[in-house]
Amino acid sequence: MLRIHNPSPDLYDEMLLADGSSRAHYSPFWQWLKQTDEKHIQHKREEADLLFHRVGITFNVYGEQDGAERLIPFDNVPRIIPASEWQMLDRGIRQRVTALNAFLHDIYHEQHILKAKVIPAEQVLANDQYQPCMQGVTLHRRIYAHITGVDLIRNNNGDYYVLEDNLRTPSGVSYMLENRKMMMRLYPELFSLQRIAPVERYPSLLLQTLRESTPVDNPCVVVLTPGRFNSAYFEHSFLAQQMGVELVENADLFVKNGRVFMRTTAGPRQIDVIYRRIDDAYLDPLAFRPDSMLGVPGLLSVYRDGGVVLANAVGTGVADDKSIYPYVPDMIRFYLSEEPILNNVPTWQCRRPSEMSHVLANLPELVVKEVHGAGGYGMLIGPCATQQQLADFAERIKARPDNYIAQPTLSLSTCPTFVESGVAPRHIDLRPFVLTGREIRLVPGGLTRVALTEGSLVVNSSQGGGTKDTWVLEDSLC
Amino acid sequence: MLSRTASELYWMSRYLERAENTARMLDVTNSMSLMPQIDADNSELIAPLTITGTHEPYLARYEQINMPNLLEFFLLDEANPSSIYNCIRGARDNAHAVRGRISGEVWESLNTTWLEIKALRKRGIAGLDAVAFFDWVKERSHQVRGATFGTILRSDTLRFIRLGTFIERADNTARILDVKYQVMKEDEDPVREFYRWNALLRSVGAYEAYQELYKQSPTRDQVAELLILRSEVPRSLRASVEEVEQLLAKIEGDTGREPRLLTAVQHAKLRFGTIGDLFAEGLHDYLNQFLHDINAIAESIHRAYLEAS
Repeated sequence: MLRIHNPSPDLYDEMLLADGSSRAHYSPFWQWLKQTDEKHIQHKREEADLLFHRVGITFNVYGEQDGAERLIPFDNVPRIIPASEWQMLDRGIRQRVTALNAFLHDIYHEQHILKAKVIPAEQVLANDQYQPCMQGVTLHRRIYAHITGVDLIRNNNGDYYVLEDNLRTPSGVSYMLENRKMMMRLYPELFSLQRIAPVERYPSLLLQTLRESTPVDNPCVVVLTPGRFNSAYFEHSFLAQQMGVELVENADLFVKNGRVFMRTTAGPRQIDVIYRRIDDAYLDPLAFRPDSMLGVPGLLSVYRDGGVVLANAVGTGVADDKSIYPYVPDMIRFYLSEEPILNNVPTWQCRRPSEMSHVLANLPELVVKEVHGAGGYGMLIGPCATQQQLADFAERIKARPDNYIAQPTLSLSTCPTFVESGVAPRHIDLRPFVLTGREIRLVPGGLTRVALTEGSLVVNSSQGGGTKDTWVLEDSLC
Repeated sequence: MLSRTASELYWMSRYLERAENTARMLDVTNSMSLMPQIDADNSELIAPLTITGTHEPYLARYEQINMPNLLEFFLLDEANPSSIYNCIRGARDNAHAVRGRISGEVWESLNTTWLEIKALRKRGIAGLDAVAFFDWVKERSHQVRGATFGTILRSDTLRFIRLGTFIERADNTARILDVKYQVMKEDEDPVREFYRWNALLRSVGAYEAYQELYKQSPTRDQVAELLILRSEVPRSLRASVEEVEQLLAKIEGDTGREPRLLTAVQHAKLRFGTIGDLFAEGLHDYLNQFLHDINAIAESIHRAYLEAS
């Protein structure tokens, strides 16, 4: 029998209550886990490792020789979401993505939301991620973010919050699909215990969405990758293969007579839609970074004239910036005249004097982030900071209030996870993937990332995070 | 198909074919080394270095030409560009770059081969059973080829993969023949003759084919005829060139005029040539010319498809 650690009473655990009994929707899995031989599971876990290696589901780590390909650890305890919870998340995500696309169209056209002073104009127009070259460019169906990843977390009451939106090139969907395939292969018996919503349609929905992004009939769609040394290369080639489209690199493309072509064995072939997994800055050296060797010269001018579709559009980054994030609920109210279904994490903007004084007064309990920062740089975690660090950070906030936002220190929910000493609670998040074409489509579930180190809140794969299969139950009784 | 993709597919199969042929070549050398009375002047031992043109890098690393050193050099040595280890790595790297274009089963089969040889290399050459290793290389090559046939779409994807296989095979068979016929030039001893022809036929997997077609002990002329002019033998020059010609005819588009022309000429030479003509010309000169021609075909394939602009 496995050693199963009880969750902390101060945290929300997805599977177990503090007394060690299971939540209703986990009950069939819980019974199975208790009855299954530990050696059997150990054997299955080893099998999973072997299979992932053989299939080559790896990510590349920069600066490591030879052993440059590593597996993202896969945990065999699924994260299960009851049908009713998913219905709420599904509605909330659709609402949020609709508003974000409306916002992007608006700020590159009439700018109603700025004129109505719902969002200060300088916050948008002076943002590094705002691309003036997109002003007045009309996109088919007015879609900017064709593919969106919405990162969700739960606090210690079990309430869901949106931690951030990913509107540039969100990744991880291949792990969602491969994790499911792996669970069905290792534990087919589990899939007869409960009705679990399938996710396998994602690639065909993605292709449909990309085909709908252009007015061209029967368009030629490609996936654009920086190449096989990119950390997400596995996903790029996986999606191209699953959709049955070409995986191209910059050097395969060229611009001629206002169109984009790829070099093929039968001569040049015109391209209509590019699902690009390359940042804006590296798309076209003529438009963005003349020092860059990457990119397709002339691509942007073809794009602006409607000669090719880029998914996602250029300039979406302004909508997932930390300084814009606090306004998403206001966007929903402004464009849709609805109340937001999903909550933002409460955020104080230090640029507002009243909020800054609240932040300064409560610094030891808060997380403070630089608005353009990423990857944990320039960040203060109040509960972990020394007096000196707190004092230093207070000075920095006072010197440049507009550069900082603050949020309460959230305790992410936990989910039981295989570790050295048996099964123990570890912190998790959730990233569902949203497709916007003629309509919004999302498969039930998403990628659950798990922080494998005890107590850690960092779920990033580059820092020792793992993943879990995510099950959305179809049975609405749970 | 993308030119870059076609190029990766083509080289993937060339490297894999090269690994297989290297294993076949060494398998024979290895069994000949067990019969020192047959190979008194070490000419069989030197042959692999001559065939692959690797005398210099070999002598820079090893003092003696003996079987353990040859095995180390050709199996797992990273410094030898045509070692089996490097070939498998090359094939796997090419496959990795286009893994979306090949079936999951072909990719997994190649990737498993790579992971296994990597593990093998870590353990080291000592204690390695050479014959079992050659069998393993051939088996992996058969498996990848089987997965290719069984799961890859019958489109240009398959054609560029097959194209690489047969260009490489034509080249490798011609090289083996050239060197072996030079080694065996002046030998009158019938016992030695028998074992040598026997070994050569086995190295290209054509021993059974020879028996079936000629029903007698191998002779100099008939072995050459079998491996150069008979289209029934899968590794013969004629069979390889015939495949290349058929593949080129089916590849989509009209950019392949030059390789099609060159291949058709070469195929006609093999189809209508006789073994008498070949020996009259001199086998060494004939094979040298063939190697030159097959190289010209490979270069024109590059120009037409693989680096198209």
